[in-house]
Amino acid sequence: MANYASGADFRTKLQGWIPKLVLSPSIAMMLVFVYGFIIYTVYLSFTNSKMLPKYDLIGIDNYVRLWGLSTWWTAVTNLAIFASLYIIICTVIGLTLAILLDQKIRGEGMLRPIYLYPMALSFIVTGTAWKWFLDPGIGLENTMHLWGWESFEFNWIKDRNMAIYTIVIAAVWQTSGFVMAMFLAGLRGIDNEILKAAQIDGASNWQLYRRIVIPMLRPAFLSAFVILAHLAVKSYDLVIALTGGGPGRATELPATFMYSYTFTRNQMGTGAASAVIMLMTIAAIMMPYLYAELKEKP
Amino acid sequence: MGFLDISNVTKSYGNIEVLHHVDIAVDEGEFLVLVGPSGCGKSTLLNMIAGLEDITSGGISIKGRVMNGVHPSKRNIAMVFQSYALYPNMTVGQNMTFGLEMHGVAKPERDKALADVAKLLQIEQLLDRKPGQLSGGQRQRVAMGRALVREPDVFLFDEPLSNLDAKLRVDMRTEIKKLHEKLKTTIVYVTHDQIEAMTLSTRIAVMNDGYVQQLGTPKEIYDTPSNLFVATFMGSPAMNILPAKVSMIEGVPHAEITNGAGQTASLRFSQANMADWAGKEVLLGIRPEALTDPEGADRKSRNIVTLQNAVDVIEPAGADTFVTTTLGDVAVIARMRADSDVASGQMFDFAVNMEKAVVFNPKTEKRIAP
Amino acid sequence: MAAATQDTAVSSGKITRVFIYLVLLLSALFYLLPFFVMVVNSLKPLDEITGGNMMALPQTWTIEPWLKAWSTAQIGVEATGLKPYFLNSILMVVPAVVISTGLGALNGYVLTKWRFRGDTILFGLLLFSCFIPFQIVLIPMATILGKIGLAGSIPGLVLVHVVYGVGFTTLYYRNYYASFPNELVRAAMIDGAGFFRIFWRIMLPVSGPITVVSVIWQFTNVWNDFLFGASFGGQTQPMTVALNNLVQSSTGVKEYNVHFAGAILAALPTLLVYIVAGRYFVRGLMAGSVKG
Repeated sequence: MANYASGADFRTKLQGWIPKLVLSPSIAMMLVFVYGFIIYTVYLSFTNSKMLPKYDLIGIDNYVRLWGLSTWWTAVTNLAIFASLYIIICTVIGLTLAILLDQKIRGEGMLRPIYLYPMALSFIVTGTAWKWFLDPGIGLENTMHLWGWESFEFNWIKDRNMAIYTIVIAAVWQTSGFVMAMFLAGLRGIDNEILKAAQIDGASNWQLYRRIVIPMLRPAFLSAFVILAHLAVKSYDLVIALTGGGPGRATELPATFMYSYTFTRNQMGTGAASAVIMLMTIAAIMMPYLYAELKEKP
Repeated sequence: MGFLDISNVTKSYGNIEVLHHVDIAVDEGEFLVLVGPSGCGKSTLLNMIAGLEDITSGGISIKGRVMNGVHPSKRNIAMVFQSYALYPNMTVGQNMTFGLEMHGVAKPERDKALADVAKLLQIEQLLDRKPGQLSGGQRQRVAMGRALVREPDVFLFDEPLSNLDAKLRVDMRTEIKKLHEKLKTTIVYVTHDQIEAMTLSTRIAVMNDGYVQQLGTPKEIYDTPSNLFVATFMGSPAMNILPAKVSMIEGVPHAEITNGAGQTASLRFSQANMADWAGKEVLLGIRPEALTDPEGADRKSRNIVTLQNAVDVIEPAGADTFVTTTLGDVAVIARMRADSDVASGQMFDFAVNMEKAVVFNPKTEKRIAP
Repeated sequence: MAAATQDTAVSSGKITRVFIYLVLLLSALFYLLPFFVMVVNSLKPLDEITGGNMMALPQTWTIEPWLKAWSTAQIGVEATGLKPYFLNSILMVVPAVVISTGLGALNGYVLTKWRFRGDTILFGLLLFSCFIPFQIVLIPMATILGKIGLAGSIPGLVLVHVVYGVGFTTLYYRNYYASFPNELVRAAMIDGAGFFRIFWRIMLPVSGPITVVSVIWQFTNVWNDFLFGASFGGQTQPMTVALNNLVQSSTGVKEYNVHFAGAILAALPTLLVYIVAGRYFVRGLMAGSVKG
């Protein structure tokens, strides 16, 4: 009998290694620049680093300090307000526009890109435009006054209590069109025969959407939530361009807090601690989603 | 030792063994069909022959050369895939000669080989088209052409007809058979369709649960299935299996079954060795064509037993009429001539060709007789 | 009977339809207005803006603000206009997009057609890296770029964008190649093609659509980035950072018309891409939602 114990020939062995070699630069970059850096930042958050990194551990002092800072609390509160409003309003507007656009609308091809184009802009450009548009001196308020509506008042951007909402407005303007596109894709993916069946069953339009269509959009809702939530936590540019964190520190978010504490106030340890908390927030949102996503396609 | 030798081959994924000690020796020019339900391991075995999956233990050799660990392209094989796997960005001609190009065959020779095969398959007019512009049948031809150009030692077919519609499938089946008869190539062909297996093969390996259940010519497989699985998997409609008791009447073994009315009927066995089973329970296998109307019964048979039973359902199928009746408390199907005088609900004389009966051990499910 | 249409089976009354169109048009207005205002006011002289109505069309049309924004406006300490920064952005975007897309294509190819034990976990790690808040890497990145001498340089920014862009490009190509039949790769293997040959001859020729998506996605992302540019740009700042400096500068009169011209200049490349290939842009955004 022939001896079958012989191993693979050289070429087959090489073929087995090439894919891993090709993948390795990206994996190495990822391990160093993402996960290595995360570990490094986590470590720094337990040190007394000021302007430059120091490596003596001081325990959880930075976290204690962080949660004792009123600025940080402002940032966290702002993020809660901003994120919840941003997600809810984007979802509502996106879903509404998608459903309305899905009614055999003439000119859909024109309207869709109009809703969507802000997504192509940089947050800095969006911020520049809205900053001015909302400025009471020359923007909307001034225009209304010139058009004869003297009592019109819209000075949120200058108001410590209201400024955070202007960020919501600009952010919604930028992203809601994209959410619309996601829902529209979801709607177009629903089998028409199910809708016909529901109509034959006697469902009114309203019932059709509430009972059949919207529940079937569950995956789109989930995707929209994940995308919006992670964008909200990462929001930085828009605040910088629109309000610069002001008036005062009224529109500070964790992202801007981290930057200013680390690089302008030279409190690197505290800055690192705030970054770790941001990461944990994102991880809490993304992990279950990624897990489900990767498990589905083994 | 065969031309293609599969000896004691096993495949495991982790701790799970999916293919158990397969031994098949294929001679040159044979058409071997691996048939079985999905998940039986037939495609895994084919991929192991192709070198697309590793062999866990045992060995595969072609023309006496051990193939374990040899790269697929170095085995001198060609494969036709279920989805045809035509490269969408290349023309038909480029698709067919890609393998030759990769093996460093010079352009003039490639063109010559291409022209020959294109002529053989009558696809000369398609050579400059892209796969996307072809019909299903044309793609199937191109996929075969790509395999033929290589002039391999062994052709591997992985369910090549299952993406075609019913009529085209029958046409292509005939064409593959003609091609094999003309070229006398060695073919290993995987399918789940037992009719394809019967019509095409010179030998069939029926597989289930990672075991080769039976290896034999189509006739052997059909007439003497080695166990219940093979008996019921091969043939359409499937072989009727009914419980019976062996009893001796005047020294001759008979099968005692209950008819639809609950009475006992005795059918004489043709197989003498059934005497050994006197008094025991067995499973009686009767193919639908061995259960028919008396006029349609096989005239050469020396053991036709007629029994009267109630007709439950009739299904005229054009050439034949299928009649369902109840025997041994199970629904059995009889195949009758199209114009048999049969109506549902009536009593009818069924002719059982006991010469063709197959008997199984109810415990081991193995064949006892013939 | 109306002709059969393939879209929604829902029908609605006439009044409802009028209402629907009204809502849709008002929404369009909401999305268009800020940009319209920017364009209009970038073409006015400054006194017309401060003294007039922002909605009004210019009385005197002028391209002066555009010229000023491009070549003479004060950015930081120097009056160079946005031109050098625009060039910085181009020099940064092109290699960053090319490298990250190339790597993404190879990665996607490996992760779908040459699978190995543990590849899903690696991909999961790669995917998660797309979503991390970049604040978590700012401090070590600044240190490392300084150490390897790439701080404040274009190559430094390219490196950063490749590192944090590769997750997305890999995601695109992986999802695209996942629907590409494995049998084709097997057929090519039997035909005698190796890893790279299969990639070049079989995979790449059919990767056009996803390459467009990946390029557009990376282009807009890298072009629009502010955080990395502001943190690591040093003297070679990209366009977004320069625009922010221009707009936020506290010295002198606020030249709104110049700011707008600058903002539009900064938005122009991505808008252009969006207009030319909007279809693919949407597809890219959708793929960003991890929907394969």
